[in-house]
Amino acid sequence: MTSVHVTNLVKDYTLRTGLKRTRLRAVDHVNLELVPGRTVALVGESGSGKSTIAKILTRMERPTSGTVEVKLDDGTAVSKAGYRREVQMVFQDPFASLNPFHSIEHHIARPLRIHGRTATKQETHERVLEMLERVNLSPAPNLAPRRPHELSGGQRQRVAIARALAPGARVLIADEPVSMLDVSIRLGVLNLLGRLQREDRLAVLYITHDLATARHFSDEIVVLYRGRVVERGPADAVILDPHHDYTKLLALAAPDPERPGSMTADEPIDRDAIDNSVCYDHFAGEWREAGVPAAAQSEATR
Amino acid sequence: MTNLNSKAVASAADSAEMLAETAEQDGGPVRSGWRMLLPTMTPWLAVGLILIGSITLFGLLGPFLVGDPTTIRDQGLTGPSSEFWLGTTQTGQDVLAQLAYATRGSLQIGVIVGLLATALSSFFGIYGAYRGRAIDEAFSLLTNVFLVIPGLPLVIVISGFVPQESRGLWTIAVVLAVTSWAAAARVLRAQTLSVRSRDYVAASQVSGERSWRVIVVEILPNLLPVIASQFVFAVIAAILSEAGLSFIGLGASNSSTLGTMLFYAQNGFALPLGAWWWFIPPGLIIALFGMGLSLVNFSIDEIINPKLKNLRLHRKRARRALRLERELARGTRAENPAAGPTAEESAR
Repeated sequence: MTSVHVTNLVKDYTLRTGLKRTRLRAVDHVNLELVPGRTVALVGESGSGKSTIAKILTRMERPTSGTVEVKLDDGTAVSKAGYRREVQMVFQDPFASLNPFHSIEHHIARPLRIHGRTATKQETHERVLEMLERVNLSPAPNLAPRRPHELSGGQRQRVAIARALAPGARVLIADEPVSMLDVSIRLGVLNLLGRLQREDRLAVLYITHDLATARHFSDEIVVLYRGRVVERGPADAVILDPHHDYTKLLALAAPDPERPGSMTADEPIDRDAIDNSVCYDHFAGEWREAGVPAAAQSEATR
Repeated sequence: MTNLNSKAVASAADSAEMLAETAEQDGGPVRSGWRMLLPTMTPWLAVGLILIGSITLFGLLGPFLVGDPTTIRDQGLTGPSSEFWLGTTQTGQDVLAQLAYATRGSLQIGVIVGLLATALSSFFGIYGAYRGRAIDEAFSLLTNVFLVIPGLPLVIVISGFVPQESRGLWTIAVVLAVTSWAAAARVLRAQTLSVRSRDYVAASQVSGERSWRVIVVEILPNLLPVIASQFVFAVIAAILSEAGLSFIGLGASNSSTLGTMLFYAQNGFALPLGAWWWFIPPGLIIALFGMGLSLVNFSIDEIINPKLKNLRLHRKRARRALRLERELARGTRAENPAAGPTAEESAR
C-alpha cells in the first residue's frame, strides 16, 4: 500500500507580455494526504489549480516549492524510478488520451512491459486480456486488437483506467474522468473506479467540478479556489454544511429539483467578495489562514 | 444528488451501457494502424502509381536490355527505326540505351536526395519540437537560415566550386539535400508541436516511456502521411534540380542522367536540326515521373488535409443519399404515378 503526502505545494507560472514579467501563483501552499482505500475529491472551478496539482503529482511539472512524498507501507520513500509505477493518472478526455494509431492492446501492454510486470509476449497478451476483463471490457480478445476510434467514450475511458492500473499503481489520480462522457455512462465508469479502489485498496485523488459525483464517490472533499484550499472535510459535511462562501456558491450552483427556482436564480453570493485567504477545516472545526505554510498547524491537527 | 446513491440504478445503467456497447462492436473487420495511413484507391492514384511503376521498372531493368549507350556508330542523327527505336544521336549513339541509363541515374539521385532530405527535416523538425526550449530555438534558427538561402544559386556556386573530378553523384546529392530540407522541417515542427501536446503523449510519458520511444512509437506514426508526402515532393524537386544542374553542365561528372542527356542534346543542336527523338524522350520521362509523383501526393493529401478528408466522406455520403432517394422516388412512382414529378424534383 502506498500513501502520498503533499506539503506546502506551490507552483508559480511566469507570464511574459512583451518585456514585462508577471508571476501567476497557480497553486498556493496546498496540503493533501492520499491514503490507501480513501478517495479525496479535489473540487474547484476552471483555473483553480486542480489540473496543476495533478500534473505535479504525475511529475509532468515541477513544483516551485513544497514536497510530494510517496511512501510505502513500511515507511520507506519511493525512489524516483519507482514513482511512475506507484502513481498513475486517468486523463479527462478519453478521445485524446489514446493514440489513434495504436491498438487497445498496445496501450495496456506498454506499461506492463516498461515496468517489467510481464516477461514474454505471450504473458503480456494474457495479462492485457485480464486487465480488460477487470475493467468490464468484454469480450476482451475481440477488443484488444481494435483501435480507439472503434470504441465508445465509456469504453475508451475503461481502457485508460486499465492502462493506469497496468504498472501496478497504488495511487490513482483521476482528472475529471467522467466529465467528457455521456451522463448515462458516467455512473458505470465511476462505479468501476470505486470497485477497483476497494479491490486494490487504491489511494485515489478524484479531481472534479461536480459536487454531486464528488459526494457520491469520495470520502473527503477539498475545495480549491484560486490556488488555495478554502474548505476541507468529510464529503457529507462539506456538501451539507458548507462554511466558506465559495463552497456555498458551488452547492447552490448544482440544480436541485426540490428547491424551486434554483435553476433560474441569480448568484446569491457576490463572486468578487469571495475571500480565499481563509479556509474552513471540518476536521478541526475551525477557521484558519489559507495560503501559508502549514507545518505547525498540521502537527496540531493530527 | 440523492438518486445518485442508488445501487440498483447504478448497476442497471452499467449493464445497459455494456449491452449497447457490445452491440456496437459486432461486425466490421479488425484493421491495423497501418491500414489507416494508406490512401484509398482513386483513378488519380492508380494513374500515378502506374506512371511511377513503369518508369521505375524501365530505369531498373532497361539498362540490362539495351546495348552500350556510349558506342559510336557512323549513322548519326537517324530517326526512330526498327534497329534503333528512338533513333540515334549526332555521334550515332542509341538514344533508347541512353534513356534507360539516364532514367536509372535520375531515379538514383532522386531517391538518395529524397531520403537524405527527409532524414534531415525529420530530425530537425521532430526532435527540436519535442524537446522544446533551447534545442527547439536553435533548430528553428538553423531551419530558418537554410530556408532563406536561395537554393539553386547556392547549388550552382557549390557545384562550380567543387572540382570536376571530385564532383560525383554523392556530392551533388548531398548539396541538393542540404539546400532542400528546411521547408519540410518547418511543417514537421508545427505538426509535432500539435501532436506533442495531445493527451496520449502525456499519458505515455506518465506511464514511464522513454523519450526516444515516445517520439518514434507514439508521435512519428501520426506524422507518417506528412513525411511520406514530403519525401515524394523531395524526390520530384531533386530530379528537377539535378536535371537543371546537369543541363547547365554542373551535374555529377561520372553519371548519366536525364539532365545530361538534355545537355548533350542541346550541345548537339538537336532542336535546330529537328532531332526531336533526342530531346523529347528525356523531357517526357521527367514530366511523366513528376506527374505520377504529384498524383500520388494528392492522394496522400486526402489523408493529411482534414478538409479533403471530410470532403471524401461527404462525397461518399452524398452518393449514398442520392441512391436512396432515387430508389424512394422510383418506389413512390410505381405506387402512385401522380406523385412521380414531385418526388423527382425533391431528388434534384
